[in-house]
Amino acid sequence: MGMTDLSYDLKTDQMILNFGPQHPATHGTLRLVLELDGEVVKRAEPHIGYLHSGFEKLGEYKTYNQWITLSDRMNYLSPLANNIGFALAVETLIGIDVPERAKYIRVILAELSRIADHMVWLGTHALDIGAFTAFLYAFEAREHLYNIFEHVTGARLTTSYTRIGGLFRDVPHDFEELVRTFLKYFPGVLKELHGLLTRNRIWMDRTRGVGHISREDAINWGVTGPVLRGSGVAYDVRRNFPYLIYDRLDFEIPVCDDGDVYARYLVRMEELVQSMKIIEQCLADFPDGPVNYFDHKYTLPEKEAVYDSIEGLIHHFKNIMPGHGFEVPRGEIYVATEAPNGELGFYIVSDGSNRAYRLRVRPPSLVNFAGFDRMVRGNLVSDVVAVLGSLNIIAGELDR
Amino acid sequence: MLEAILALIKIGVVVFLVILPLVMMLILAERRVSAFIQNRLGPNRVGWQGMMQPVADGLKFLFKEDVIPGHVDRFLYLIAPGIILFPALLTFAVVPFGDQLTTYIGHTLVTIRFQIADLNVGVLYIVAVASLGVYGLVIGGYSSNNKYSMLGGLRSSAQMISYELPLGLAIISVVMMSGSLRLQDIVVDQYEIWNVFRQPLGFIIFLVASFAETNRLPFDLPEAEQELVGGYHTEYSSMKFASFFLAEYINMITASALITTLFFGGWHVPFGILEAINLPVLWEQIIQILAFSLKTLFFLFFFIWVRWTLPRFRYDQLMNLGWKSMVPLGLLNIVLTAIGIAVF
Repeated sequence: MGMTDLSYDLKTDQMILNFGPQHPATHGTLRLVLELDGEVVKRAEPHIGYLHSGFEKLGEYKTYNQWITLSDRMNYLSPLANNIGFALAVETLIGIDVPERAKYIRVILAELSRIADHMVWLGTHALDIGAFTAFLYAFEAREHLYNIFEHVTGARLTTSYTRIGGLFRDVPHDFEELVRTFLKYFPGVLKELHGLLTRNRIWMDRTRGVGHISREDAINWGVTGPVLRGSGVAYDVRRNFPYLIYDRLDFEIPVCDDGDVYARYLVRMEELVQSMKIIEQCLADFPDGPVNYFDHKYTLPEKEAVYDSIEGLIHHFKNIMPGHGFEVPRGEIYVATEAPNGELGFYIVSDGSNRAYRLRVRPPSLVNFAGFDRMVRGNLVSDVVAVLGSLNIIAGELDR
Repeated sequence: MLEAILALIKIGVVVFLVILPLVMMLILAERRVSAFIQNRLGPNRVGWQGMMQPVADGLKFLFKEDVIPGHVDRFLYLIAPGIILFPALLTFAVVPFGDQLTTYIGHTLVTIRFQIADLNVGVLYIVAVASLGVYGLVIGGYSSNNKYSMLGGLRSSAQMISYELPLGLAIISVVMMSGSLRLQDIVVDQYEIWNVFRQPLGFIIFLVASFAETNRLPFDLPEAEQELVGGYHTEYSSMKFASFFLAEYINMITASALITTLFFGGWHVPFGILEAINLPVLWEQIIQILAFSLKTLFFLFFFIWVRWTLPRFRYDQLMNLGWKSMVPLGLLNIVLTAIGIAVF
């Protein structure tokens, strides 16, 4: 498969092609320097740092709740997953166990944002390979999700929905109904997308055998998420190190052994189905109750308490006044969640103050991108685009 | 003298009143049809249902700054859009869009042929002129002095050369049936049964090859946006860019007209409808021209439909398809046709 061997005696110079940082296929500011022999890629050198925003460094200056807004901007395709991952890390460090209802809401929103992310991934991936219509079908589905997000969090993209110890607010009363409507609508979209792409001969020719990663390489390079599962390793943080309520839910980890772009495509498509399954289960026994941790040292008290009691007022001011905020005990922690692109880990070192001493993010994009050169070597320029699409690199997360 | 005047009138009518407006409508149709396919509205603000959108687009192109980058090969850069536009318009010259009308103009009996030039080597002429278009792409890609353009130009030359072969082979089988290279004869030859039923394989080969010839998706590798930015026209702006665009659409019209002529009976009205209702000659001619237009419009729609449905081929797959599948199939089709002619 592919055109890996184009050896001939003719001596030609290699052409250096600057792919990005502004290029239609890089979706964000990535830069690749390709060494080409004709159209065959001899070497691909990813240059990162074009979207460096100092998120990690800012973690040392912002209080924990302030940093949540930055986690949105890190992965702008699934901001809710980032919110949840970060809140979970800090909560684990403090030792907070959020109320049941908050856990359910977080899981539902995390899975919805997985669907939203995969819709953008599929849309842009298909667009890069030339299937424009799949792009718009996928984006239309995402639009429905963004309406839900807007309804729940007040923002479409910069959701900043979680707080340490709970959520910014409870979901609106018609949340369950909205999500159920979406779950009814979405399988139709999925069917259309499958119809356009899955057994499409051109799509299969373009993606099968391209950007191959073997099982061993995938483990050695540390890739995670759909890329790892597309290489035949059934590793998913939700299953291997369950958090929130994932240990109680019944879902499968889709795995494909081929390790190519098509395998990653199939894995992600199946993940969409599994995400819907998870959401359905969560909705089936959606508990009532508070969404915030009872100890208002960490979470904002009710407005009545603020107005009526001295403790409430103190907690309120302590939480929101600049230079204050709750203090996190000394220690360090690494907590990982399964973001749409793979293992999203937060490593926090606390010196006992209200800000992190050191905040470090393990972004799935960066690790997945690291093996890019070896994935595209010997392939054609067109394959670079296909492989790039299959990795779903988010530049904001890549550079942090 | 009269012949020459008639020819000029026909050129004027066909080029300025049919093809160029049709191109504009086609651009609108492309946007509206793609919008329909993709669950959106498309441009519907300028004029009724967006009918004036192409005019607005055209004006925009005219008013855009015409940038000539400093690093280009100036002479070649300037002539490339012309080179691509010229053959695109020329090809339509021999396509018959109707039969002929014998009438009196003043006191002389004149036969008006609904065709600009009735060449007896019409098919050869089309194949020859259509091949010239590739020079525009190659020169445009080369003179831009840009790596993406260069790759686009190289791809286009390889692609067009590869697909002219199966295109030619498919035409040969049609010519074998009609025994003439005149397109009028080919149309008349299909009075009993259209070539698409006698030459299904030839039709499929021709259809696929004409997609490749017109650089339309799934064969739009020379301008593959997500890989090569704009391909050969990356460095072009304003009306020069529009010329490349126009040429693509004119090529589409010619390709559709050719498919109609070679495989769908040209201006022939099916099921003997015309013979049955017995109209005056003039009306008969008009209906035939309408039949031709409708068939051509259907294939134009088909071009658009396919573009918004399929992904793009990869360069090597395109070559494999051309040389390893289409050329052998084309040859096989010729052999089958020969056997068929010998037997029946």
